[in-house]
Amino acid sequence: MGAAAQYFENIRDTVRTVFEGMAVTASHFVRKPYTVQYPDRMPVRVQDTLPFRYRGILEVDLEICTGCLACERACPIDCIVIACEKDSATKILTIAQFDIDIAKCMFCGLCSEPCPTGSIHHTSEFEGADFSLESLIRRFVREPVAAYKPKKGPETDPRIAPILSRGMRYVNEFAAPGSDKPAEAKTA
Amino acid sequence: MQQLIEYVIASGMLGKNPPYQIVAAVVVLLASAFVVLVVALPFAGIVTWVERRVWARIQSRIGPNRVGPQGFLQWLADGIKLICKEDIVPTDADPHLFKLAPYLVMLAWILPWAVMPFSSALILADLNVGILYMTAVTAVTVVGILMAGWSSNDKWSLIGGIRSAAQIISYEIPAGLSIFPVVMMTGTLSMERIIKAQGWTPQHWFLFANPFCFIAAGILFVSALAEGNRTPFDLPEAESELVAGFATEYSGMRYSLFFMAEWGNLFIIGAIIATLFLGGWQAPRVSADPVVMNILQLIVFNAKVLFLVFLSMWIRGTLPRIRIDQLVTVCWKYLVPIAFANLIGTAVWVALWPEGNSVMGYLMVALGAALVVLFMRRVIYYLRRARMELYFRPNI
Repeated sequence: MGAAAQYFENIRDTVRTVFEGMAVTASHFVRKPYTVQYPDRMPVRVQDTLPFRYRGILEVDLEICTGCLACERACPIDCIVIACEKDSATKILTIAQFDIDIAKCMFCGLCSEPCPTGSIHHTSEFEGADFSLESLIRRFVREPVAAYKPKKGPETDPRIAPILSRGMRYVNEFAAPGSDKPAEAKTA
Repeated sequence: MQQLIEYVIASGMLGKNPPYQIVAAVVVLLASAFVVLVVALPFAGIVTWVERRVWARIQSRIGPNRVGPQGFLQWLADGIKLICKEDIVPTDADPHLFKLAPYLVMLAWILPWAVMPFSSALILADLNVGILYMTAVTAVTVVGILMAGWSSNDKWSLIGGIRSAAQIISYEIPAGLSIFPVVMMTGTLSMERIIKAQGWTPQHWFLFANPFCFIAAGILFVSALAEGNRTPFDLPEAESELVAGFATEYSGMRYSLFFMAEWGNLFIIGAIIATLFLGGWQAPRVSADPVVMNILQLIVFNAKVLFLVFLSMWIRGTLPRIRIDQLVTVCWKYLVPIAFANLIGTAVWVALWPEGNSVMGYLMVALGAALVVLFMRRVIYYLRRARMELYFRPNI
């Protein structure tokens, strides 16, 4: 190709590519933007879209807590502090303190695995930013409460039954040992 | 302006037979203050918000939409932030030149508003060398930018300033050569007389007067983008190579003056091209009342200018920045020879048809319409190929 032909070829290429490029960007004017305007202009809360097994900030349902201290023992970084007292006369176990330091918590989920009732569990809440470390300590016990005693049959108390069924679902689906491992690991 | 002064005197607002000179001085001063404070400065601010929204949509984002309705007050927030910032003058800089430079850039942007033909009466000074004055004073920018680059005493600023000087001076040539065809056809440099030589319908615009003018308009637009340091020619402030170019050492108010001038220049670019090629304020004659006609002309002129401003934002969102050697090649190997060929072509054309060729006008309009149709077909093709959800509302 001669130099002159190359010259006009360049001009044609420039005009054509700019034309095509402008067409591509013009098509973007009528496309929907991808931007998600988190957090205040969402069609639904993000927390509600997360899966059941999402490991968010820990929460304790004191109504079904048995005071077994399994979670406190399981925690690798000791962010859970529980104080239990057993009255030797009435045989009633009282929980006087149940603190979880969310600032220390690493969301490993080891505490929720041994829990027999699913009382300590992860929520889908993840917006935990605060102004001081102290306010990140979640104190679940305001005044000492009696620990929950598992019954021999199904739970009959209408106040506790729905909480327990949610807890047991959590135990079965999330915290059951081995449930998070891949299928081939189980068979091997 | 003459009409406006006579209108003010005739209305009897200032008593009977006021001294003409004083009325003229007051009217011109008030009008120029109005143009600069109410039109020019807010335009430079608002256009930053518009540009960010336009780019955002090109990149499938939303852009600033939180400050005020649809983020409209974003420019005020940015401006107040910049004014409140500390004004730092580097120790090794030349303090006097360093402080003076932004004002020169600003001056080069304020001065062209004097000959801005908003309508048949609303022009501050209808100079008989209007378009020459426009290109001359906009070139003062290069002094300010070079001064900023030199006085900052910093290699990025210096390279940025020198690049800018080289770029503006180089592109002044194709820009000037593309203005000549219109000057040749009208035989005048006055903005008003150039506009009066055109009509309000597209076939009477100089853009469609003949093929050479069509190419000249394209070359002028490209050169004006290069002179205004706009992408794809924004090499003086190429972030990846030069931090912020000549503005590297500037902060606060002085920094914002540079960018106000840069964005404000979009209006000047649009106004030059609208005046020369798109019929300026020419509007259909719907009323005999001069006030109604002037308002209509104002709307028509601003619509044309704002379309060109939008076009330059769109180009900025589309094209990548070119290399410095490509920049020089585009100017000297392509734009200058083509502009010269255009000039000769127009001269021959004017010699053949001194009164213009109306058949060619309709033919060129048809060609322009065909280009628009072809463009829309390509846009529809890309939309189909992307299979995206369509969203026609400009706000979100």
